[in-house]
Amino acid sequence: MELLYASCVGLLVSCGVFLILRARTFTVVLGLTMLSYAVNLFLFSSGRLSLNQAAVLGYSSEYADPLPQALVLTAIVIGFAMTAFVVILAIRGRSDLGSDHVDGELPDENKKVKV
Amino acid sequence: MTLLWIPLLSLLGSIISSMTGKLSRNQSTGLTMLMPIIALLMTISLAPAVFSGDVIRDTFSWIPLLGIDIAFRLDGLALLFVFMILGIGLLVIFYARYYLSSNDSMPKLYAYLMLFMTAMLGLVMSNNIIQLWFFWELTSISSFLLISYWWHKPEARKGAIMALAVTGGGGLALLAGLLLLGNIVGSYNLDIILASKDIIQAHDWYEVTLILILLGAFTKSAQFPFHFWLPHAMAAPTPVSAYLHSATMVKAGIFLLARFYPALAGTDIWFIIVSLTGLSTLLFGAYVALFKHDLKGLLAYSTISHLGLITLLFGLDTKLAAVAAIFHIINHATFKASLFMATGIIDHETGTRDMRKLNGMWKFMPYTATLAMVAAAAMAGVPLLNGFLSKEMFFTETLHQQLLGSMSWLIPILATVAGALAVAYSARFIHDVFFNGEPVDLPKQPSEAPRYMRVPIEILVALCLAVGIFPGLVIDDILRSASFAVLGGYVPEFEVALWHGFNLPLLMSGIAVAGGLLLYTQRRYLFQFQASLPAMDAKKIFDGSIDAITKWCQVKVNVIENGSLQRYLMLIFVVVLLFAGWPLFEMNQLSGQKQLTPIDVHNAMGAALLMVGAISTVIWYRSRVVSLLMLSVVGLMVSVAFTRFSAPDLALTQLTVEVVTIILLMLALFFLPQHSPKESSSVRVVRDVGISAALGIVVASICYALITRPLESISDFFLANAKTGGGGTNVVNVILVDFRGFDTLGEICVLGIAALGIYKLLVNLPLLMPTSDSDGRPWAKERYPLLLASISQSLLPLALMVSFYIFLRGHNLPGGGFIAGLVTAVAFILQYIAHGSNWIAERLTINYRKIIASGIAIALFTGVGSWFFDRPFMTTWFDYFDIPFIGEIELASALIFDVGVYITVVGATLMILASLGRLTVNAQKEEVNV
Repeated sequence: MELLYASCVGLLVSCGVFLILRARTFTVVLGLTMLSYAVNLFLFSSGRLSLNQAAVLGYSSEYADPLPQALVLTAIVIGFAMTAFVVILAIRGRSDLGSDHVDGELPDENKKVKV
Repeated sequence: MTLLWIPLLSLLGSIISSMTGKLSRNQSTGLTMLMPIIALLMTISLAPAVFSGDVIRDTFSWIPLLGIDIAFRLDGLALLFVFMILGIGLLVIFYARYYLSSNDSMPKLYAYLMLFMTAMLGLVMSNNIIQLWFFWELTSISSFLLISYWWHKPEARKGAIMALAVTGGGGLALLAGLLLLGNIVGSYNLDIILASKDIIQAHDWYEVTLILILLGAFTKSAQFPFHFWLPHAMAAPTPVSAYLHSATMVKAGIFLLARFYPALAGTDIWFIIVSLTGLSTLLFGAYVALFKHDLKGLLAYSTISHLGLITLLFGLDTKLAAVAAIFHIINHATFKASLFMATGIIDHETGTRDMRKLNGMWKFMPYTATLAMVAAAAMAGVPLLNGFLSKEMFFTETLHQQLLGSMSWLIPILATVAGALAVAYSARFIHDVFFNGEPVDLPKQPSEAPRYMRVPIEILVALCLAVGIFPGLVIDDILRSASFAVLGGYVPEFEVALWHGFNLPLLMSGIAVAGGLLLYTQRRYLFQFQASLPAMDAKKIFDGSIDAITKWCQVKVNVIENGSLQRYLMLIFVVVLLFAGWPLFEMNQLSGQKQLTPIDVHNAMGAALLMVGAISTVIWYRSRVVSLLMLSVVGLMVSVAFTRFSAPDLALTQLTVEVVTIILLMLALFFLPQHSPKESSSVRVVRDVGISAALGIVVASICYALITRPLESISDFFLANAKTGGGGTNVVNVILVDFRGFDTLGEICVLGIAALGIYKLLVNLPLLMPTSDSDGRPWAKERYPLLLASISQSLLPLALMVSFYIFLRGHNLPGGGFIAGLVTAVAFILQYIAHGSNWIAERLTINYRKIIASGIAIALFTGVGSWFFDRPFMTTWFDYFDIPFIGEIELASALIFDVGVYITVVGATLMILASLGRLTVNAQKEEVNV
């Protein structure tokens, strides 16, 4: 199961990175969201995987590590805030610049290096 | 406690004066002067103890691990400076009330002046050298604000930037020097450093440390060749120049020399560097001052010259030289401040400072003229005035030094030359302005200045005379106690007196006066000679070198930063790949010793769904809606995974966040194209697939290596103490609101900031309102389906009840403020979806910004509350109560903290979504009032 879990995390990272490397803002936001899933799962797994051991005292004999859980919980909420910020920035960028390309304008092959 | 109050009162004064905008000028001035007056009275009450040889200290622990304290120290030297800073500061504040025109903002000037005063007071009283450096930088910054006070004038802006660049650069050198010094001694405490002369001077780093510290002092005190910023800083209002460029800011460098004199001085390298720098500055400044047509320019170069004189005295190898230096610090501050103020009056009343236009002012302003002439005579070193006494001492000391070996006789000669130049420019100041024929087309008809504008000058000139005539009576105590501090615990025999008999120094003075007057009468030839020299402006060199550096950096930056985000990201990922991947090759075995868990069918199915979702998101990324839906599958499976692996809190959070995120991204798609064009070349796709696959493999390997190794965690502490220390059985929640409550506070602040940022981004958004989707199909006319509307309304109370329940049980069972907040937010968002923003706005007027603010405030004050019980910030309290019919319940202060979290989460989430959602309804360009 550990192998499966790690593969899932790896796959999410791959998909997220690929999407982030695309040229349009919305795709980048999708990629960021995907990558944050991966990061959250990764951080969570640093407490190791355990079944039926929720960290609620008195409900089981052994408990899962509560610390990574607490960290990931706030990470999820903040991740949402950041996703929201980036996507609104993308909307604003498209309104102000007229393009949803990540560079704010369509790349021109003949364009020289900006000085 | 008392010492801390002196800078603190001044800081308070800065805040007070910044708020006096609505009051009259007199009220504003009076209120501003109040705090320095109190501070001055406090200082006076401390003075007798210092005069008797005590050093008053006041220390508060700040970062004890690094040896950094908030420490104050009042010895003779600090006392002298505190008197100058507060005394001249008060006079300047009073003077500025008459100087500023009605267009200038008085509270702004006063607030900056008081901030500067705070910085200077903190600097001279610091007993910790890191703190000293902090205040040092604060003087640079506040003087930047003061010089650029007339920010609409380009020369003020440029002058301010130049001053900041030079003194700030010197400040960095000083920091390096102080850090080295602290390392040599093993402490940042000034008391200890001053007592460690032998350790410091025997150390290998002594030379480097000394040069770095001197760089700081010389840049601040405008020593040659760093002098050039001072004349350009004259773009400041004249009260500012009178304060900063006579008595305080430029004296900070001198103060530094005096402060570290007991620890650093006494070696050959000190004597050579300090005396030669001072000597060249003395001569250079005095020579250039003669040719300045601008009154303030003349005073600026004269200041440079006098600062050079003081520096030179600190560099002479006689004990009395330091006493003479301190004496001249006092004298220069009094006569130069009054001269600046007199110049301000002349400028104020005639509209110009050009000496080619200003002539014969005696007729128009005899009173001001008399005051200015006395002060200028003090500057020239005429007997009966304070400048004469310190100049005599200076001449005496130049005769006693052995600095240049057999060539030491040069120094008294050069000192006499500088004295003659000082007489010449002082004579020019007096004669050109007040006599010398009639004025030439002045912008204004000159008249005498307002009565009270002259008061500060009268006080200072009276001081010049009093010190000059009765030196023993007026100055002896403070001079002796300051010398005691500078010389490290003893005062050599000396007597300040007007008459020492006919001797060599008196002859030198005589030669200087005669030579100076001769120079002035023959100035025509000198001016012609000067005009024939190629014009040299340090400003051009400064600007040129800054331009060159900027251009060089620009070229280098352009190579790396070409404006393509994709390229940056690619580089970042490649670097991550290298750094994260490399250690894996050095590891022998990927899988650890932990017993692997078998795969069961549920897990396999979940993983398969997750993988299908992720891959589908990528495959269909051009068709954005489809891709988004696939992404939501991934999100759901992540929350299922959290459930499966014993993290119910995470699962609940992930589930609710997922809902909110997908709604948000759906909304966003309304404003963004629904499809991505095909852009990437095949090569680029292959490259990106390669990078992302490699990164995925690396992360998967690390993850696998991590989770197959046994766990050593600090969490046992949390598990053991959650119930007994935090009063809850849900350990995750107890960690959030109790053990790591401070982190959570920071996190909800981030949430609030993000929401506010979004609000700001959406204000005045130029709308691209699509009327149809990208395929040309118009949006559905029927906006709010009836079925959804009626169901959602009845769902609201239920959802609120659920969230309340989740909130309450959070401390003991999965739930808590974050999750409850998200549930509440989702319930409200459903109302927005079902009815639209307008419908909600009619029924519910909520200012989400205030909600966020109150949430954070509640959380913060819960933490502050523990101070009232003498506990550290955020200590929680809990107890159990037995209430009839309900049973035993637990009340904890962490619950109130969680209320704050709850409110912030609700406010932030709703603000984000409602702000955006509202835009879809309102096509008009109007400010979004959420």
